[in-house]
Amino acid sequence: MAKLTLVIFLSFLLFSSSLAFQSDELLIDDEEFGLEGANPRSPETEFADSTASFSPPKQTPTTRKRYSDPDLDSKVQFTLEHAFGDSGFSSAGIFSARLKTWSHGGQTLTKLRFLRNEFSDEEKDAFKNLLKEDDLYRIRLPSNVVSPPGREYVTASVRARCLPRDGLDEHIAIHMDGANILAVSYGSPGSCPYPRQLNLPGKWSFNSHTILKSSEQAPRTPIFAEEILGSSENAEGEVVPPVEKTLWAKYWMYLIPLGLILMNAATQASNGADEQPAAGSQGQAPAAIQRGSGSAAPRRR
Amino acid sequence: MAMAIRVYLLFLLFLSSAILSFSLYEDQVGLMDWHQRYIGKVKHAVFHTQKTGRKRVIVSTEENVVASLDLRLGEIFWRHVLGTKDVIDGVDIALGKYVITLSSEGSNLRAWNLPDGQMVWETSLHSAQHSKSLLSVPTNLKVDKDYPILVFGGGYLHAVSAVDGEVLWKKDFTAEGFEVQRVLQPPGSSIIYVLGFLDSSEAVVYQIDSKSGEVVAQKSMVFPGGFSGEISSVSTDKVVALDAMRSILVTISFLDGDISFQKTHIADLVEESGKAEILSPLLSDMVAVKVNKRTIFVRVGGEGKLEVVDSLSDETAMSDSLPVADDQVAFATVHHEGSKLHLMVKLVDDLDTVLLRESIQMDQNRGRVHKVFINNYIKTDRSNGFRALIVMEDHSLLLLQQGAIVWSREEGLASVTDVTTAELPVEKDGVSVAKVEHTLLDWLKGHVLKLKGTLLLATPEDVAAIQEMRFKSSGKNKLTRDHNGFRKLIIALTKAGKLFALHTGDGRIVWSMLLNSPSKSEACGRPNGISLYQWQVPHHHAMDENPSVLVVGRCGSDSSAPGLLSFVDVYTGKEISSSDIGHSVVQVMPLPFTDSTEQRLHLIADTHGHVHLYPKTSEALSIFQREFQNVYWYTVEADNGIIRGHAMKSSCSGETADEYCFTTRELWTVVFPSESEKIISTLTRKPNEVVHTQAKVNSDQDLLYKYVSRNLLFVATVSPKGAGEIGSVTPEESALVVYLIDTITGRILHRLSHQGCQGPVHAVFSENWVVYHYFNLRAHKYEFTVVEIYDQSRAENKNVWKLVLGKHNLTAPISSYSRTEVLTKSQSYFFAQSVKTIAVTSTAKGITSKQLLIGTIGDQILALDKRFVDPRRTLNPSQAEKEEGIIPLTDSLPIIPQSYITHSLRVEGLRGIITAPAKLESTTHVFAYGVDLFYTRLAPSKTYDSLTEDFSYALLLITIVALVAAIYITWVLSEKKELSEKWR
Repeated sequence: MAKLTLVIFLSFLLFSSSLAFQSDELLIDDEEFGLEGANPRSPETEFADSTASFSPPKQTPTTRKRYSDPDLDSKVQFTLEHAFGDSGFSSAGIFSARLKTWSHGGQTLTKLRFLRNEFSDEEKDAFKNLLKEDDLYRIRLPSNVVSPPGREYVTASVRARCLPRDGLDEHIAIHMDGANILAVSYGSPGSCPYPRQLNLPGKWSFNSHTILKSSEQAPRTPIFAEEILGSSENAEGEVVPPVEKTLWAKYWMYLIPLGLILMNAATQASNGADEQPAAGSQGQAPAAIQRGSGSAAPRRR
Repeated sequence: MAMAIRVYLLFLLFLSSAILSFSLYEDQVGLMDWHQRYIGKVKHAVFHTQKTGRKRVIVSTEENVVASLDLRLGEIFWRHVLGTKDVIDGVDIALGKYVITLSSEGSNLRAWNLPDGQMVWETSLHSAQHSKSLLSVPTNLKVDKDYPILVFGGGYLHAVSAVDGEVLWKKDFTAEGFEVQRVLQPPGSSIIYVLGFLDSSEAVVYQIDSKSGEVVAQKSMVFPGGFSGEISSVSTDKVVALDAMRSILVTISFLDGDISFQKTHIADLVEESGKAEILSPLLSDMVAVKVNKRTIFVRVGGEGKLEVVDSLSDETAMSDSLPVADDQVAFATVHHEGSKLHLMVKLVDDLDTVLLRESIQMDQNRGRVHKVFINNYIKTDRSNGFRALIVMEDHSLLLLQQGAIVWSREEGLASVTDVTTAELPVEKDGVSVAKVEHTLLDWLKGHVLKLKGTLLLATPEDVAAIQEMRFKSSGKNKLTRDHNGFRKLIIALTKAGKLFALHTGDGRIVWSMLLNSPSKSEACGRPNGISLYQWQVPHHHAMDENPSVLVVGRCGSDSSAPGLLSFVDVYTGKEISSSDIGHSVVQVMPLPFTDSTEQRLHLIADTHGHVHLYPKTSEALSIFQREFQNVYWYTVEADNGIIRGHAMKSSCSGETADEYCFTTRELWTVVFPSESEKIISTLTRKPNEVVHTQAKVNSDQDLLYKYVSRNLLFVATVSPKGAGEIGSVTPEESALVVYLIDTITGRILHRLSHQGCQGPVHAVFSENWVVYHYFNLRAHKYEFTVVEIYDQSRAENKNVWKLVLGKHNLTAPISSYSRTEVLTKSQSYFFAQSVKTIAVTSTAKGITSKQLLIGTIGDQILALDKRFVDPRRTLNPSQAEKEEGIIPLTDSLPIIPQSYITHSLRVEGLRGIITAPAKLESTTHVFAYGVDLFYTRLAPSKTYDSLTEDFSYALLLITIVALVAAIYITWVLSEKKELSEKWR
């Protein structure tokens, strides 16, 4: 029970910290240290409850004016479009973000905000149909955020039955390369085990988690010829002899069975000793034992 | 006790070291491996019949091989495999002792010593533009004790000394755009005539002094119709060319006086009209023209008059003309008639005189004759004899002499395109089994010999005897299934569209089958095989069915050409059925479902975005309908840089009545930015790979679950600038990015960019890891990177109690729609060699540790333990990690000379390596193909589950006998002693 409360407490702490994460303060830090969009904000899941419970995107322009060079940064908007099954795509929400241009020419997207449109009644019906048929709910994004739609749309889809929980939970991970969107992965944040059960969402509002991902740099191949030499010299200098293990630590796996066998043998021997005197009362037994021991003794010699 | 432990530890140590170094002894070579040498489809052949020495023929092939073959036996005396880009344009013999080859569009000229194939000299000629090239070795042109070779290529005409390869002079034709067609040299004159076309409409003849290369005279004349480029020289002052419309034959005579044209309409010569084609370019006073599937022979008269002298049916191959005795010139024609092949040698002057007429029974599976080369010899009765070298449709090379096939070479096997393996039939009672053990005495003798061998007492003769015995006793060549699964069939599809079944025991051809043999219907003109799939692998309930393979072919080279399916019985090599499927073939997808007769369901995607289900049975359809929702597939558009995922939509009955056709819809797209990334390599896991353990236990008793998904796609992209040759860009300009993409949802699971790196990327994907090879421009070295991917969502299932109480999610079905957290580990290592291909060993249950099989640039195969490319290697592994088998981190991967599985052999022109599991878990079959074929059996962790073939049973027996004897003797002794004790 105590554990449970602790867990709750900790999770509360975590949750509150994630709330604190959304403050402007952090965004400024983000800016000042020149961190790239995705990496520093690994938990930058921005809870864009369509009830608009959190900072609306309109706040960002003020921040931009105050803290950044307008020449280098520009605000971009691009739309998320969705389709129900094989229907055509229609607008489903707007992403707004800041495009930061670096001195070396690279561009990164920062401060992604997402405003999700609520389902209209027709869309709700369409979605219910999808749920019924276990069909696909599809989304798409332009492949270039500066000049949408770019070369082609980047699409993703999910079985509609994966989305409903309390509300409609969605998780959008956008893979970026500069101003280009390579791919988007879309789905529910948790698991979606097969076979998928049909359940209608409790409320028709989206819980959107968005995350930007850029490419990771490969670690460089270690070149440590010198280091090896150095370390080996060191090693020669101060060879730490492995701590001599005790006999027990080394051979316990043999000693335990041996001990067992010995104990077994000892108990048998004692049992035998118990029986001997008892058997001694019989007439012919001593002779037999004598013979037995007599025959064994010379061999042992 | 301590002693025992020590011995045990020593033994362990020995075992672990034994696993590390894989190698074999000298006397084990050829025991379970075989190597076959090929040359490829012959393009040119030059006979060299010295009066002394052995008769030989020099050939150059489409696999860029120049070789010298023994005319008596067909064996290779010597051969050289030039690079894949070094295409041979011409081959000839100069000075009677050098083989001259011209390659790479006339920019490489090489001379090889005729008897032993040593390179004598090599000259790279300057070339400025792409053009056709021409090699001419004048026989009697001599300039100051030097014999010039005339080479045209890249806009330059070079005269090269045959003695040392020095360029004597060169003439620049690049400015005019002049293309040399013929170099003619009237006998006894030092002037050579160079005839060519300017912009293919003007005929130009240069008279060039062969000593200095100066142009003595130049004449040109415009031909209004334009030339097609096909030309045939009929005499020293006349050539016959074809005009651009291919309807007029133009005789061009040019000696001394002006150039003169003489036009003859083909329609005037024969009734049939159509596009003409000039065949065999070297006939004297005669032209062979192919019009409308008929070959006509046209004699060129003194005044340039043309007259038809003979006509032949289509399937005729002709040789060049060959001077025979008494100033006569002969040529050979070969044509088919049923299953017979008719070879005729006629005189050019008098077509009615047939010098030789032979008919030979020919295997239908060799197809039609493609090329003929003839050679004459003096018979024992002093008359002229002829032998013909023929190249068949299946690329095989045969020598015909005296009405028989003297030898044949299956050169189709030099261009294997796809390989699969198949089981042999089960041994039945009726099938006779070769007697392996003859008598007890022989058996004992053999084992004594082996014992001698192991105790290093054997003499060389004994060693030979042992080896011979091993060959005999292994029974490895039988055509039945064996207990260990060592005997198998390797089914190989070649470029010529022929299917071969090779026995793993000795590499012999069990059967072969040409897909488009002439006996079949002509519905599909010239199908070429694309790929090979296992169609039916019977086990369990369909045991009496023979296994079969599916060959997917295409009628024509265009990707929208209609496809062709052919089902071939693996045991007999007979075609069960074949069908024109009426739609194109873009992608073939074997599904993980089989019907009641164990036929695997396949989906074939066409160019219209439809997929078609095979086999077309209602049973297959019902199986497919059940899984309809769960079938996904993907396409890679490498040129656009887009990868798309698709799912099934509905039956396309709206458009066609075909109920086995389905429409699809797009699920996801991944769009690579065209300005920064270009797809150069994609790879998936082998669909039939077995993974034994799903989890990996760390040294710190931690558990990592492998992310084992069949739906992972490895993609490598480079910057478009870096797509060229290595070193063509600076490190700043090139980057390599690799991706792991889930092919159901399009989710990118892993993305890693290597700055300053460049392709080509060679990768191998197995279980939960990918190893890929690329070039690091910053370090100027090749690198290997390993990526291992682990499933984090199942990581909390470590608690034993959870497992016991069933509170785990291990048995829940895994869905790609679940967002599983994955963990990737990666590490890079330098590797000293460039790589042609990589494969990985595969075993029956996946228990045995894996080895990477690296096809190196030297055409050898290196076996590298997977442990060397483990991302968990650290500089100073802890004691526990060492026990686990983690090797201390080094910056480069070692190349251990003993671990070349090809030992001293080279698989020339290596293109691919195929591995297949044997039934014995420790063992895997390895088959490598290129120009050569190589097969061996590998045991990556030694044969821990069976005794080796050279295990000395005799030693074991003797030991047992000795022990029993010792026990008996000691018992008797002790009894005696006891008795004496008693009497004391």
